[in-house]
Amino acid sequence: MQEAAVSMRHISKSFGKKVIANKNVDLDIYHGEILSLLGENGSGKTTLMNMLSGVYFPDEGEILVNGEPVSITCPKDAFDLGIGMVHQHFKLIDVFTALENILLGLPKENDTKSGRAAVEEICRKYGFELDLDKKIYDMSVSEKETLEIVKTLYRGTEILILDEPTAVLTPQETDKLFAILKNMREDGKAVVIITHKLNEVMEISDRVTVLRKGENAGTVLTSETNEQQLTEMMVGEKIVLDINRDFVENKALRLEVKHMTVLNPDKKKVVDDISFDLYSGEVLGIAGISGSGQKELLEGIMGLQKCEEGSSVIYYSTAHGTHELVGLDTKQIIGYGLHLAFVPEDRLGMGLVGNMGITDNVLLKRYRKGNGPFLHKTLPRQTAEKIRSELEVVTPDLEYPVRRLSGGNVQKILVGREINNKPTVLMTAYAVRGLDINTSYTIYNILNEQKKKGVAVIYVGEDLDVLLALSDRIMVICEGRMTGMLDGRTATKEQLGYLMTKTGGAH
Amino acid sequence: MEKKTTHKAPLFHVRKKDDTTLIQAILIRAVFVVLALLVSALFIYFVTKLDPISVYTSMFKGAFGTSRRTWITIRDTCLLLMISVALSPAFRMRFWNCGAEGQVLIGGLTTAALMIYFGSKIPTVLLLLIMLVVSAAAGGIWALLPAVFKAKYDTNETLFTLMMNYLAIQLVEFFVDIWDKKQSHSVGIINMAGHGGWFPEVLGQQYTINIILVVVITVAVYVYMKYSKHGYEGAVVGESVATARYAGINVPSVIRRNVLLSGAIAGIAGFVEVAGISHTISKQTAGGRGFTAIIVCWLAKFNPFIMAIISLFLVFLDKGAAQIASDFGLNEFASDIITGILLFFILSAEFFINYSISRSEPVKEEH
Repeated sequence: MQEAAVSMRHISKSFGKKVIANKNVDLDIYHGEILSLLGENGSGKTTLMNMLSGVYFPDEGEILVNGEPVSITCPKDAFDLGIGMVHQHFKLIDVFTALENILLGLPKENDTKSGRAAVEEICRKYGFELDLDKKIYDMSVSEKETLEIVKTLYRGTEILILDEPTAVLTPQETDKLFAILKNMREDGKAVVIITHKLNEVMEISDRVTVLRKGENAGTVLTSETNEQQLTEMMVGEKIVLDINRDFVENKALRLEVKHMTVLNPDKKKVVDDISFDLYSGEVLGIAGISGSGQKELLEGIMGLQKCEEGSSVIYYSTAHGTHELVGLDTKQIIGYGLHLAFVPEDRLGMGLVGNMGITDNVLLKRYRKGNGPFLHKTLPRQTAEKIRSELEVVTPDLEYPVRRLSGGNVQKILVGREINNKPTVLMTAYAVRGLDINTSYTIYNILNEQKKKGVAVIYVGEDLDVLLALSDRIMVICEGRMTGMLDGRTATKEQLGYLMTKTGGAH
Repeated sequence: MEKKTTHKAPLFHVRKKDDTTLIQAILIRAVFVVLALLVSALFIYFVTKLDPISVYTSMFKGAFGTSRRTWITIRDTCLLLMISVALSPAFRMRFWNCGAEGQVLIGGLTTAALMIYFGSKIPTVLLLLIMLVVSAAAGGIWALLPAVFKAKYDTNETLFTLMMNYLAIQLVEFFVDIWDKKQSHSVGIINMAGHGGWFPEVLGQQYTINIILVVVITVAVYVYMKYSKHGYEGAVVGESVATARYAGINVPSVIRRNVLLSGAIAGIAGFVEVAGISHTISKQTAGGRGFTAIIVCWLAKFNPFIMAIISLFLVFLDKGAAQIASDFGLNEFASDIITGILLFFILSAEFFINYSISRSEPVKEEH
């Protein structure tokens, strides 16, 4: 067998005593091969690769490049060894052009002219489409991703590491990226993609290394494995990968959104004339590239964003009558006792208070209740205890700051609080982002249970497979406009991908 | 790419620790106190050629040597603690009130004005109550102005409150000039004869009222912040404005309310200083305590009981430094260096409580 481009031997890295990111990991990367590094969030994939790219230094173990032991103490060392990494958060300067970003920080001899020729050569060779004179702030995420890859290649990368490259791409953009990665493989480069998406692993990679809780849970050839086996390696136990979607009869209108328009601080329309109805007993999925107005749409309904004139959101409830929500602020919505539950995208930055425990977080939307100037905590404490036991939240005690809990526990607390209030409408934004597989399925089940109880559920999601499996109807938005409303049982991924990028809207 | 990287590893590993027990934390602090005393003993011995033990004894005597000195130390600790407590409702919301100095001055200025104009006309008990309310209102309004701008236009409160200090200083100078009868550039002791508007002695002690006021306010602020609905709102706003809005909290009104409270307590501290301690007003009345209080508040992480300990420690150092300067004829810089060394080591302990440092293992050479 050929010599490994990179070998990591017995690598360990910990942060503090409690957080062990990697433990005794062995990993080989070969030229002319695409390796998937698969694992759940927090399994140590990114940390492991950060030790190759010079961001972290291992506590123990050694790294060999082409058989030679090396010591990588900073990103410069990594570049010198031909290792380049594209991070999840792009490292680009907004006001510079693509070319300026590529040449930034390199010695003088890489002047604009010869640099441009070299970059164009790279683009031609691998099939990148990149406008070198475009400023970063005009670029889509997909273009930025492309630019980051070209940047590392220009610096002589032989071993390319991509951290969750498809997280923000549409299916079509993903296909394009994968074609390029295959070209690079043909060229003899070593490619590592960090991912937690099984279908991508199966589609693109030659080999898969699975990390579980910081340890190497095994390496398999893609051709000899399947999604079920990989999941079991990731989770360490057998789990059922089915999302329940029950059909509920007798739907009743709950929300009627008409001509909703929301402007951002720059007076640009981020939600542009969106109208839809929401019924009890259904899950309405909302698909779209992240940042297409999903956040503003939900916040507009909740009274957290100012809706422009002409917007209307009518709330129908058997218990509380009919209300026009536009013009009400959140305090009034809570004060009227309207049962609108909202699980926002930013859990610790908006839905919860990180430094408070479960009890004080349960208090968040009901602290005004009770007479007098002081807080009444007896009931919230009982609710907190109920959330902890029913949703199996792992926490030392009810006063332990929720920010120190794992992402899954944080989300269970947030969702638990919101459904505890017996909502009529339950809106969720990226409810499973960053969660492990088991917790994700717990959340899907909760949403399905709520739907069966007659709650009208909105599910803003990014994983199209999940949207297609969970939703009764799927609304697609692109650049703040609604580009389609599909039946969740018959829609396809390609349809969604097409509508997600259909600029101009459906009007 | 052909260039071979040398074998090198970072010299030290700094890691965040999250499992320090209370006993370990106390031990680490104790070790650093000993270290602080040793290092500053070296400085004393080699630079000032003095006997460290007698210098330390003198420091202690400066703060607690006589009953009067002890009372002064307690009095100053109370004042510093009160200003630190004043900052906490604002700081808790991440409103960086750097204007306590000015708020104390304005509270002191209104107190002095009332003493001068009504000292002989209104009975002292009633006058004290009026001064309490007026100084609180004045300090509160002084703080409210930056808060209103912060809430409405999101201006930077650090700069704004800081500039308000200079305004307060100028105002004080202006009035000192008006009230200065003897062309001495100072107001002198107000109501020296009748003690009008002075804190009366209670239980035979001059500073009893100071202590009662500071204890009552400290406990009240603690209860308010921890158990009241208002306190909860402030805590949520401080954690995240987005979360506060999500919970339907009116963020601008919470900012205004908490900062008003903060300024009002600082104003009362000015009242205590003028009516209860110095009985005069000058631009030195706040004496930099408005800034020292920021350190106290931060170090204590808003816990009023720890604030009391830190206030006492800082006042102790201050008194001690003054004492060694006079006992040994040192200039003030030398005694400041000694207190500086002590403070430096004691603050360093916090780093070692939160982080651990280990020597990296050298990378193994393979042949």
